[in-house]
Amino acid sequence: MPSILDQIIRFLSAYPFVVQVIAALAKTGFMMTVVMLIGGLILSWVERKQSAIMQDRIGANRADILGIRALGLVHNLADALKGILKEDFIPPQASRFLHTLAPFVAVCTAVVAFAVLPFGGNVTVLGQVIPLTIAPLPVGLFFVWAMMAIGVYGVVLAGYVSNNKYSMLGALRASAQVISYEVATGLTVMGALLIYHSVDLREMVQWQSTHNLGSLPWLGTLPVLGRLLALVPAWGVFLQPVGFVLFFTATIVEMKRIPFDLPEGESEIIGYSIEYSGMKFMIFMMSEFVESLLFAWVIVLVFFGGWHLPGLALPDAFGGPGASLAGFALPYFAAAALAAGAFAAKIVFFLWLQMLVRWSLPRFRYDQIMHLGWKIMLPIALVNLVFTAGLALLVH
Amino acid sequence: MPRAKMTFVERLYLPEIAKGLALTSRHFFTNMWFHLLAELKLGRKDRAMVTIAYPEVRRPYPLVARSRHRLTKREDGSPKCVACMMCATACPAECIFIEAEEHPDPAIEKRPRHFDIDMSKCVYCGFCVEACPEDAIRMDTGEFELAYFDRKGLVYDMDFLLNDDPAAVPPFAEPLRRKGL
Repeated sequence: MPSILDQIIRFLSAYPFVVQVIAALAKTGFMMTVVMLIGGLILSWVERKQSAIMQDRIGANRADILGIRALGLVHNLADALKGILKEDFIPPQASRFLHTLAPFVAVCTAVVAFAVLPFGGNVTVLGQVIPLTIAPLPVGLFFVWAMMAIGVYGVVLAGYVSNNKYSMLGALRASAQVISYEVATGLTVMGALLIYHSVDLREMVQWQSTHNLGSLPWLGTLPVLGRLLALVPAWGVFLQPVGFVLFFTATIVEMKRIPFDLPEGESEIIGYSIEYSGMKFMIFMMSEFVESLLFAWVIVLVFFGGWHLPGLALPDAFGGPGASLAGFALPYFAAAALAAGAFAAKIVFFLWLQMLVRWSLPRFRYDQIMHLGWKIMLPIALVNLVFTAGLALLVH
Repeated sequence: MPRAKMTFVERLYLPEIAKGLALTSRHFFTNMWFHLLAELKLGRKDRAMVTIAYPEVRRPYPLVARSRHRLTKREDGSPKCVACMMCATACPAECIFIEAEEHPDPAIEKRPRHFDIDMSKCVYCGFCVEACPEDAIRMDTGEFELAYFDRKGLVYDMDFLLNDDPAAVPPFAEPLRRKGL
């Protein structure tokens, strides 16, 4: 008499379609949990606490439930409660429908972009190859850009329909800033795309995992240096340092956070969200945090090898043999946990770095942002692209 | 004022940014280290921050700091005040109201029947203390957080001003219920 588990496994093996559906649901659930937990809950806590610790303060720590303060995390629950209970103010002359739609456009596009972000390689379960991406699109990175471009509509819409001059100013700034930096963001990453020969985020990680600097054509043949370089993984940041710095800067502009927070401009015009209150305003805040997670994720995938840990070999087959770290055999789950830990650590580092930048640097003036974008970043990105293209032509 | 010319490295912008980020991240990691030590009971938490967790922890005030008034007493417990009106005269805010009556002891001329101070008007200048010939009024209680739901609460009468009990409640108002105090 076969056990229930055996029967389930036999059923699933007979119907691979069901396995794929369950996997898709599980992947979506996992991603949504991560995005909502980090974007909606953890990052606002990190923002408060990290800024406090950087400035020798304690940070919000007074809210408690039955005396449990949980390092200030209870404040986020208090925030959510406040957001729900507050009056949802819609200006009398504003369009009710569009005013309500705007924050959802902003957050939904940011969340949808996570569909193409992989959180691991392929896994083989019951004979089915399951890529650890909700939607393994070959155009990966372009999908993210497309969603970011639509995301601007949320902000512009919010400023436009609020019937307020300040929010209108914020919307104009947002459209000009985000659209002009989309050019820079796209071009800075082009060099990396040339090297990987792909815009599929999974293939990029694959390329970075399978190459090292020693396997580069000319440098690898050098006597001593070649040996040393062979120890360094060929992560995008080593091949495209200029591209990385420019891309990181451009993503901060795209997130509209300090030092490039002109659309919001807390200290001058309050900006596009001036007529928003309660939960709708919090959704705008959340979309900023979700974007910051999104860009941290993309940076890690494109420039820092994703879940690649140098020396770690991880087989595709779920639970199968072949996992090893620096030549020593490892249980499959230990290796998978190591890879996931490396991936998470890289993302956490970039979230930390974004917060560090946000709480360290003074704000730019509006003309300075445009100057930086069009006259500095764009030319450097173009030169970088041409240079990389020339090298790539020589190599291939 | 001549502007200092930026050097080439400063004009490159990125090195200076890196310096700034290094400074703030140094603060972050030092403070995190002290927080960690404090969590492991190996160090004091206040090394990680300059914050004073106010209602629970107070910064020591200098002894000469002027705070809420009190009236001093004779050995028998009656007020030292002789109702000479010097303090009320000296007061620039005119917040002291004294009504005098005859003292039963023939050696003392007068005593206050009422002695009210309206703390909502007081400017804490200390002139009343300086003016008093009898050392009957002092501003050394160390209390300055006078908060009530009603401005009547800030009118202190003689009984309250004579009372040394820190938990005493002024006559005209319920005190704010302060959490954890």
